[in-house]
Amino acid sequence: MRTTLDRPLVLTLLALAAYGLAMVYSAGQTDLPTAAERAWVRQLVWMLLAIGMGAVAFRLSFRILEWGAPVLYGLGLALLALTLVIGTGAGTAAGTKSWLAIGGVRIGQPVELAKIGAILLLARYLSGLRQPPQTLIDLVRPGLIALGPFLLVMLQPDLGSAIVFVVILFAMLFWTGVKPSLLLLLASPIVSLLLAVDTRWWGAWILLLTVLLLVWRTYVAEGVLIWLVNSAMGVVAIILWNGLKPYQQKRLMSFVNPEADPSGSAYQAIQSKVAIGSGGWFGNGYLHGPQKRLAFLPEQPTDFIFSVVGEELGFLGVVVALALFLILFLRLVRIARRATNPFSSLVVFGILGLLFAHVFENVGMTISVMPITGIPLPFFSYGGSFVLACGISMGLVLRVAYDSRSSGYLES
Amino acid sequence: MSIAFTPFRVRERAGRATFVLGALFLFLLAAFFRAQVIGTADFRRQSDNNRLRRLILASPRGFILDRNGKQIAENAPGFTVKLVASSRDSLKAVLKRIATLVPGAEDIEGPVVRRYDLASYQPALVFANASIETVAILEEHRYLLPGLVIRTEPRRLYGAGQAVAHLVGYAGEVSDDELVRGRFPGARPGTIVGKDGLEAKFDSVVRGLEGESFIEVDARGRMVRDESESQALKPVTGEMIRTTIDLELQTYIDSLWSADRVGVRGAMVAMTPDGQVLSLYSAPTFDPNELITGVSSRRWAELNGEAKPLQNRAIRGSFPPGSPFKLVTAAVALKRGLVDFSSHMPQSCTGGYRFGNRVFHCWKKSGHGSLDLTGAIANSCNIYFYQLGLRIGLPNFLAEATAMGLGSPTGIDLASERSSSFPPSTAYYDRLYGARGWSNAATLNLSIGQGENAQTLMGLTRFYAALAGDGTVPIPYVVQKPAGPRRSLGLTAEQLAGLRNALVAVVDRGTAAASGGRDLRVAGKTGTAQNPQGPDHGWFIAFAPAEKPTVVVGSIMEFALHGTTVAPYVVKVIRRYLAKSDPTLAKARIKMVIQEDSATAVSELIADSAAAPPPR
Repeated sequence: MRTTLDRPLVLTLLALAAYGLAMVYSAGQTDLPTAAERAWVRQLVWMLLAIGMGAVAFRLSFRILEWGAPVLYGLGLALLALTLVIGTGAGTAAGTKSWLAIGGVRIGQPVELAKIGAILLLARYLSGLRQPPQTLIDLVRPGLIALGPFLLVMLQPDLGSAIVFVVILFAMLFWTGVKPSLLLLLASPIVSLLLAVDTRWWGAWILLLTVLLLVWRTYVAEGVLIWLVNSAMGVVAIILWNGLKPYQQKRLMSFVNPEADPSGSAYQAIQSKVAIGSGGWFGNGYLHGPQKRLAFLPEQPTDFIFSVVGEELGFLGVVVALALFLILFLRLVRIARRATNPFSSLVVFGILGLLFAHVFENVGMTISVMPITGIPLPFFSYGGSFVLACGISMGLVLRVAYDSRSSGYLES
Repeated sequence: MSIAFTPFRVRERAGRATFVLGALFLFLLAAFFRAQVIGTADFRRQSDNNRLRRLILASPRGFILDRNGKQIAENAPGFTVKLVASSRDSLKAVLKRIATLVPGAEDIEGPVVRRYDLASYQPALVFANASIETVAILEEHRYLLPGLVIRTEPRRLYGAGQAVAHLVGYAGEVSDDELVRGRFPGARPGTIVGKDGLEAKFDSVVRGLEGESFIEVDARGRMVRDESESQALKPVTGEMIRTTIDLELQTYIDSLWSADRVGVRGAMVAMTPDGQVLSLYSAPTFDPNELITGVSSRRWAELNGEAKPLQNRAIRGSFPPGSPFKLVTAAVALKRGLVDFSSHMPQSCTGGYRFGNRVFHCWKKSGHGSLDLTGAIANSCNIYFYQLGLRIGLPNFLAEATAMGLGSPTGIDLASERSSSFPPSTAYYDRLYGARGWSNAATLNLSIGQGENAQTLMGLTRFYAALAGDGTVPIPYVVQKPAGPRRSLGLTAEQLAGLRNALVAVVDRGTAAASGGRDLRVAGKTGTAQNPQGPDHGWFIAFAPAEKPTVVVGSIMEFALHGTTVAPYVVKVIRRYLAKSDPTLAKARIKMVIQEDSATAVSELIADSAAAPPPR
């Protein structure tokens, strides 16, 4: 039997890419022309390039990848560090330093490379374990792998991408077999940090955590540590909050209450929601979204492209797009499940975590269920680096799928 | 290989992952469902509010017609110029450019910015009635003026111009103050409302309903598309009103005034005995059309300056009435049955009357001798009326004259009438001078139309209308006949006829019907309103034909010294009006009595010779 590419995956990817390209085209069609008018042509070029890069990734041996993971990871970290020195900002995140630029020409966002590097290195480390991490001590090393790029990205500062690293870490730990209770304990300081906004919620959380620690019967030292860290977060939260840039504070606050400042930082959130809400069941028609045409949507070809989907194609268009993403993700789960070895399985699941973080955060922010952080929507948002990263990731996934088919994986 | 990657364990985790993914996607989907399906109407409205700027379309005001259907106020096509601006600063920038382009637009910035501040979500009005030249200039430089919206909208036109100014008033943009006070229900910033006269009084009738249209703007407030055709709410034209005005007579008065009374301040009203106002004129006048297209601040200052052309002197100017008020004294005495037309007073006129330690004079120093009431009216003898007033008694006099409406507004259906003032009771004097601070001498003054008494032209003219008519005091009206009972003078038909007769008695006694041809007997009373600030004002109120009056005309001219100067104009107007229904009257000989301060003369006025002072 001749082995072929994973056809459902390829079809899903093509559908998403075509859908995305059509939306980038639409986003450029405004009543008063903008620079984005011909972005779709460039996007098409990027996509073709991404397919080429994906083909190269497909041909790479996973042994070489596993061997080269630290190098890639190191390169990613180095470039991230470099952006802090010579980086520039763009778009929604104009005040940040996420772009690597040489002589004023932006040549890419190293964070995309760092994400793939982190996935590979995490996969290499986790697949080498005899058994899944059982204690917090065991989680220190993978945690550090994610912490490196996380901190560098936070310094840019790019909260959205930083969150992606966290999601990747948790997704891969879960796939390695770490018990959910342990993951929860690992995540508990973050929860504590977020709940510190309101003392009552925070108190309730500490109480719940105490009960959980007792019920799950963790090691005494571990339990005490977690409890102390959680308590400390209540204090740290305030310090961190004061350490945030005013625009970051505004973004977070406007997420909590967008109507408080409709012309300022919440403008994007409100305009996006208005555009989507006005779409109704079937939308205003492709190319005919009034909010988009009149440029009320911020960053419509990139961060807020999904608002154009909502406005022009309505709930139906949203369902189709989300369904395609869900099909893609379930396919990735399936491929990860059937992978021939833990390394490639973890790589696929890491990529799943990466893409899911992007989709959930990006789509969520357009409808105000997530705070506004400028991270792109896979296959839709206009932009080079991320399109290439997606192409490479999908090349790797297809390779894993191909390998498991050619090794004769059978459904048990 | 790690024990964690056994097929069973992997499948278990894949199941959990699928569950979590599904749940999170359902969560997202629910959020979209909430916004797009449940809340879509709300968001759609917000989206429209975002991009559509409402443009108010002025409604054509209803026509105002005279009694013969001629147009006093109509509409002509005009241009409105508005600006859509995203911010105050961009508005100012465009206005600065307009100011340099359009002559006479130097000081537009202030009012336009004020309108923008009132309603920044709608286009700000720049010119309410732009000329075709202005529009041409603006269109030519449109590329320099982003957000420019030019519309053709009906503009108010008063064909008779200055002749009807005080009668019809004018229309203009509602003021902040009027908005705050709710003077015009339904008015929004920028709405055109009636500012004076009929336009103000009947604004709710003639205004109509404003329409709406929309223009589409982008996120920076730049106009992208005019959606007025598709989404317009058509303006509704206001209702037409028909008035009692005789436009031809009105313009005739204006032409008389313009011919040789230029610069003379005053007013003239003509009405039928039952209160239909035929003309209402005030001088100096102004062109209401000028106020429609907007005036410069210098011109506005002029309009509000010393001469007060905007002031309607017919219903807002009040003056001491003088001799014409003697008929009030006579009417009160007759009503109370104190005298009849043949009654003589105890003291005959020797030119003076001693009261207390003061001597009150008659205007005729040599005295009139002994007169009966008819003679006293005909000769306007002060001495007779002093005694008549004392016989009535001050409290009764005040009460009766007040009951005849001489201290009240007439109730005419025009905006901002001012009331005549007349003491309602002796309490007025107590308040003014203290209970012991005044004497019965006040009665003497009041009985000859002086003292604490100020009458508007309309107020005194309608008293004469009551004499000319059925003895009830009409409420003068321009549009709607007032319902309800009128004040009655309380005089019998004989008494009314006697008073009318007294006004023309000398005519019949004097020159006989000499030559052939028709006579027009005019019953009138001149008066001098004493003016402490300068030359006296002259009154003349008359009705004709004296036997069966159909028209009452009153006029006051400031600084005219005496009513004799005023009389010729009144007579001309009377003749002009009566000649409409009886052309033979156009050449009729005028027979009337003119009392002067120096003499009483029978005058015969021939048509068109009236401009010269009447012969003695």
